[in-house]
Amino acid sequence: MKLDTKNIDQLKIGLEIHCQLTNLNTKLFCKCLCNYRNLPPNENTCPICLGLPGTLPLLNKRAVEFASMICLAFNCSIPEKISFYRKNYFYPDLPKNFQITQYNSYELSSIGYNGLYYFANDLLGGSSDSSNENQKPSVRITRIQLEEDPGKIVYEDDKSSINNYSLIDYNRAGVALVEIVTEPDFTSPSDVRLFLNEIINIFEYLEVCDPALEGSIRCDVNVSISGGKKVEIKNISSFKDVEKSILYEITRQKTLVMHDIDVQAETRHWDERRKITIAARSKEKEEEYKYFPEPDIPRINLGGENFVSGLRSQMHELPAERLARYKDTFKITPHTARILVNSKKISDFFEQALKFYSAPVEVSNWIVNELLTKINELEKSDSSKTSFNILSGSHMSPRLIASMAKLVEEKTTSRSMAREIFDTCLKTGDDPFELVKRLDTKRISNTEQIADLIKKIVSDQPHLINQSKSNPNVTNFILGLIMKETQGKADPQVSMNLIREIISQSDKQS
Amino acid sequence: MKDLFKLPANLVVSKIKNGEFSAEEYISVIIGRINETDSRINSFITTNFEDALEKSKKIDKKIQTGEKTGIFAGIPIGIKDNINVKGLKNTCASRMLSDYISPYNATVIDRLEDQDAIVIGKLNMDEFGMGTTSEFSAYGPVRNPWNTGYVAGGSSGGSAAAVSSLQIPISLGSDTGGSIRCPASFCSVIGLKPTYGTVSRNGLVSYSNSLEQIGPIARTIFDIVPLLNTISGEDINDNTTSPSTNFCRIKSDEELRTAKFKVGLLSDLIQSSDHQIISGIQDKIDLLEKHHHHLENIKLSMIDFAVAAYYIIATAEASSNLSRFDNIRYGYHLNPEGYEWTSYFSKSRSLFGDEVKLRILLGSYVLSAGYFGKYYAKAQLVRSLIRNEFKNLFQKFDIILLPTMPVLPFKLGEKISNPVEIYNLDLFTIIANLTGLPAISIPAGFSKEGFPFGVQLIANAFEEQKLVDIAVLFEKEADYGECFPEL
Ligand SMILES: [Zn+2]
Repeated sequence: MKLDTKNIDQLKIGLEIHCQLTNLNTKLFCKCLCNYRNLPPNENTCPICLGLPGTLPLLNKRAVEFASMICLAFNCSIPEKISFYRKNYFYPDLPKNFQITQYNSYELSSIGYNGLYYFANDLLGGSSDSSNENQKPSVRITRIQLEEDPGKIVYEDDKSSINNYSLIDYNRAGVALVEIVTEPDFTSPSDVRLFLNEIINIFEYLEVCDPALEGSIRCDVNVSISGGKKVEIKNISSFKDVEKSILYEITRQKTLVMHDIDVQAETRHWDERRKITIAARSKEKEEEYKYFPEPDIPRINLGGENFVSGLRSQMHELPAERLARYKDTFKITPHTARILVNSKKISDFFEQALKFYSAPVEVSNWIVNELLTKINELEKSDSSKTSFNILSGSHMSPRLIASMAKLVEEKTTSRSMAREIFDTCLKTGDDPFELVKRLDTKRISNTEQIADLIKKIVSDQPHLINQSKSNPNVTNFILGLIMKETQGKADPQVSMNLIREIISQSDKQS
Repeated sequence: MKDLFKLPANLVVSKIKNGEFSAEEYISVIIGRINETDSRINSFITTNFEDALEKSKKIDKKIQTGEKTGIFAGIPIGIKDNINVKGLKNTCASRMLSDYISPYNATVIDRLEDQDAIVIGKLNMDEFGMGTTSEFSAYGPVRNPWNTGYVAGGSSGGSAAAVSSLQIPISLGSDTGGSIRCPASFCSVIGLKPTYGTVSRNGLVSYSNSLEQIGPIARTIFDIVPLLNTISGEDINDNTTSPSTNFCRIKSDEELRTAKFKVGLLSDLIQSSDHQIISGIQDKIDLLEKHHHHLENIKLSMIDFAVAAYYIIATAEASSNLSRFDNIRYGYHLNPEGYEWTSYFSKSRSLFGDEVKLRILLGSYVLSAGYFGKYYAKAQLVRSLIRNEFKNLFQKFDIILLPTMPVLPFKLGEKISNPVEIYNLDLFTIIANLTGLPAISIPAGFSKEGFPFGVQLIANAFEEQKLVDIAVLFEKEADYGECFPEL
């Protein structure tokens, strides 16, 4: 059977993304720290998160707010009332042998439902053609729910067959998780990658989750082709592998179809080392979870419209909103605006700089053209360091960037001079204006002074006049001499105009 | 000095505070009484005598130095063994938790200790609260103090029997479907199940979370009231507690004389009871009439579905609650060598008693996919219909009256092989759990064979005061707290 290219058109991919609300102080149902990382095993536990007999879950209200903000960012509806359900199954990493989660089969229980997420083309770094605005692809969000993370099982060996023992660390047990479930609306693995990047960016903007923390965001994928059965892939621990796992799964399913073998609806696991998906040993069926309403947490009345509007007022600006503001209000080019917005840290840096000097275009140019270039150079020279942290040892600050922009904008300094000043200030921490004053580097735009200099040069080397007729580079040569003489202080534009004027005058005279 | 154990708690406190005798002397008497009688009653699983004596000395010192003491200064209290007391075993009468020592106090324990009550020990019960007779205990059955060949009622059998047999003046039980009121009726003590949300369940090992409450047991309403007030009130450690809890008090005779209640009599249930109970209840009805309370016969239309609804909800919640007992984090000694997860789970969980296993299976079944709508959802529907029916009744009535149990205590082992017959005995008590309403069992007399029975009163939510008012009236007319079983 020939590989039908239409199969690719019928590719359907859905995602289940789990994100820890790492910016909370405490776990979802107890007062243990949300930040369980780097603690000795089982030290970040209490009777509640260990599920000791007689303990009751105490809902973290802030977690409900964080989850609601995520719902708003994905344009989900938030119901008036939410409730929690127990998902019952035996597994050693679950202290109670059930997980407290939300479940929509018997009632509307989850904190968000019926969302719709538009891909903002501008954020994707692809075509920034604004006429495309109406054709933005969208992803339907089935639901967003709040639930607790299980503990962690540490195996003696990766290969389960030779394990003599395994250890359980409950430090993570009870950390608040938000699960985002999409409809199978993705039609290409690269769209998935772009969507995941956007999610990371949104979480950073909302300040609910630090995606850089190991294991803070995890993703399950379901893939089907040719209208066939849906295959779930679990265990994808890094976002980088999501695209790879989908590509592997497409190839596997295509091969099956080619050989007239039906694709089975099943759960497969991603083998991180071998980069393949493998069939899970037991089928995990929905119906085995014996869901029922959690009796220890009364239904929560969120408060409808008031709750949502209150939440919006305390929510941070989202990347798409910020991008629009940069383009529309600040008149920054789409390219530059996109670079700023794609990293909350850089964008926040930009915002801070504006407080010192409110010239958005010039400040943005300094950040994108000078600062980021510098970061890139440093990254290349020392690969152990990453992006923004690299400048923490230097004297980089929003104030410095603002001063640089001001120096240039108020036209007292040439751009090349400013770059040198910038380099010096980064190293020494000097204030650029002070430095300019001290070095007396004020640009010489005094026409008389420059004209005198030019006249002196051409009288010293009269052949230059003649040569200038046939060789246009001579004017540049003269400019170089002026710069050398003035130690670069002469205004190049003023100087160039004067050179041309003086040469043409001399020409006429001769 | 020898008969101090006969005194009610409120009297003992004032005598200790007056210096008539010390807390230490009193606690010593109590310890002696328990040692002397418990081989016949079997109400204690764990005793806490040394610690109790230490605490009594501290209280005596406080009194000597004029330091403020709580309303239960020097009073020993027995705690049902499913309520966590820090440092003591919390077995729930199960082999599954035979080695489990609790690392924390239930909220009710903290509140009692703030009032200088002394935890004297942990009391026997049906395993995890699942039973109506206190026979399903890994520590042997509790025996009825009025006839030790008979059941004490359950599941808080130890809590009622210990108070009834004068081992201790007050105790705490938990009531999921009558577990305080049934043994109170069988042992001739007062037992109260508060309105759902009145008493924190933090530290109570859950059997059926949406049905149960911790409640007080005592021989006199004068001890019930301060005990209830101490343990009641909203708790940040239990999201299901309510801010609308009211303090109760003992009203003056004058106040009680002017109070006129409308009392609904569940006549069908009264008439379906043992004939000796019917006549005993009739005496109480006559008494109310004598005091000019308004009486009226009422019927419940949904009553036929109550037991089924109750057992579906209770077992569903129980099957999930009890799944945490896998012996991985705590429980009893079992070497995991040679087991995989699944085989270890099966092995470790085999120590549940048969009744508990039965209910776990039942609960798992009603929650399985495809059955949720057929059983659990229907049971919840019945529950809300019964709730509505009571809501309407309480538009008109202050109190609803019925027997606590339709039967007198029966012989140990007599009904143990017939679970459905025992489940049906719960009908009169589960109503209050399904609706969350407060209910009290008050001693109402004895059969000619000398077996006690109780009258049950149900009030509207958070109207425990009305239950107290009637209880005071009954107690003043016939004080069964002065009738003691011979041991
Ligand atoms: Zn904890």
